Amino acid sequence: MEWLNVLIQGSLLGGLYALFAIGLSLSFGIMRLVNIAHGDLIVLCAYVALIVVQGTGLDPVSSLIIVLPVMFVAGYLLQRGLLNFTLEGGLLPPLLVTFGISVIIQNALLLGFGAYTHRLQQGAIETQSLVLPGDIAIGVYPVIIFAVAVLSIAGLQLLFFKTKIGRAFRAASDDADTAELMGINKRHLFALAMAIAMIFTALAAVLFAIRTNFDPASGPTRLILAFEAVIIGGLGSMWGTLIGGMILGIAQAVGAALSPTWQILAGHLAFLVILIILPSGLFPRTRD
Amino acid sequence: MSLLATHQLSAFYGDFQALFGIDLTVEEGETVAIIGANGAGKTTCLRAVAGALTTEPNMIEFDGKPIGHRTPHDMVRVGIAMVPEGRRLFPSLTVEENLLLGAHSGRPGPWTLERVYGLFPVLKDLHHLPAPALSGGQQQMCAVGRALMSNPRLLLCDELSLGLAPVIIQDIYTCLEAITDEGTTVVLVEQDINRALDASSRFYCFQEGRIALTAPTDGFDRDKITAAYFGL
Repeated sequence: MEWLNVLIQGSLLGGLYALFAIGLSLSFGIMRLVNIAHGDLIVLCAYVALIVVQGTGLDPVSSLIIVLPVMFVAGYLLQRGLLNFTLEGGLLPPLLVTFGISVIIQNALLLGFGAYTHRLQQGAIETQSLVLPGDIAIGVYPVIIFAVAVLSIAGLQLLFFKTKIGRAFRAASDDADTAELMGINKRHLFALAMAIAMIFTALAAVLFAIRTNFDPASGPTRLILAFEAVIIGGLGSMWGTLIGGMILGIAQAVGAALSPTWQILAGHLAFLVILIILPSGLFPRTRD
Repeated sequence: MSLLATHQLSAFYGDFQALFGIDLTVEEGETVAIIGANGAGKTTCLRAVAGALTTEPNMIEFDGKPIGHRTPHDMVRVGIAMVPEGRRLFPSLTVEENLLLGAHSGRPGPWTLERVYGLFPVLKDLHHLPAPALSGGQQQMCAVGRALMSNPRLLLCDELSLGLAPVIIQDIYTCLEAITDEGTTVVLVEQDINRALDASSRFYCFQEGRIALTAPTDGFDRDKITAAYFGL
């Protein structure tokens, strides 16, 4: 029973990792943009939520009403005003520019908020739990996060396969230059993709910041977790990303059950093992 | 006024100049062929007209307006559509999604999914398949249909016959007649000279980025074309 508990807790944690990964997966899948600043953008979103919470007195989840539109616009402008210009010269320019953005965000947050850790308080829901048969207690909040991850991915699948803009995203992912020849404004479409990626990044950020402390240096760790979830799942596969996050979460939970010091290492080791056995992940979809 | 006119059109790939002052005109409703050897600049010329290469505004005039500075998606909006060399269908999309993508710009006009299926009935039967599952000829039909879905006034066709069996090529060119009968203006780039001349009323023969010869197709001495083609 103890191991079943570990499996369930790990899977639920994987929902959060999948949420971290969605934005990264979108920007790579559609634009072939490896966004090194993704982790710091998650942390930035958490600070934006913190400002809104402190400024308006809203609870963190309600603050999303303001945070999501703000980050949607910010994502659009970031892509349209800067990142689009890095995409013509191969893989290196976007890597360098987003690495620069990462450094800028970390230092700007340090300047503005200091090195203190912060946390968003949602109240009683954080500590409520459900008791399953077999005396397994699971937190309500991790279940909610997992459900949000599943609904987010299902929503994105609908967007990709049932809407006109989703069709355009998939076409641009295949061949952006030909998509442009067919009447698609590549620069606008990419900006929209980043805007949508930022919606999910902000969602992940607020859910994460209610669960865990964050500080200006928290970004890179989120980035690694997101990368690992995407790569385990296979590039371009959203459900694969969820499975990837769950594998990562389960590995960490198993590591933690053996010894608390092994928690983080176990996740990275699981990632390395899968990378060696299946270099393109479990469900690779993206075509080059 | 010509539908399309280029004025001293020059185009570069980096430092390499591929076109040297091309002046060509295409009247509304006619089918014009561009022929020439490999590397003569035919595809470059089409890509420039489609907006895929950087050119000066006045170098390309469409319906009397300078459009040389526009982006490819803007060109689709004004009514220029391209069937690219090698078809370039989107492999993740089904046949029908590829066709619908052609209508992304929302330009109004006679071409709808139903009419494209009427022109290429085989595509209707295969509409749910991913594009790579089609044969070469079916893919070419899909690529032509995708371009038509944007309801172009000017259709640019790059090497429709490339890699296809003669009987299939015949089918596609028969369909092209149905398209031009609708009043769509067509510019064809072809390496297959006879095919291009049969389908067009006028031709330009390119050689090393310049126009070597231009004339109406009817009754033109093919030896002269051969001479211009090879630069003899």
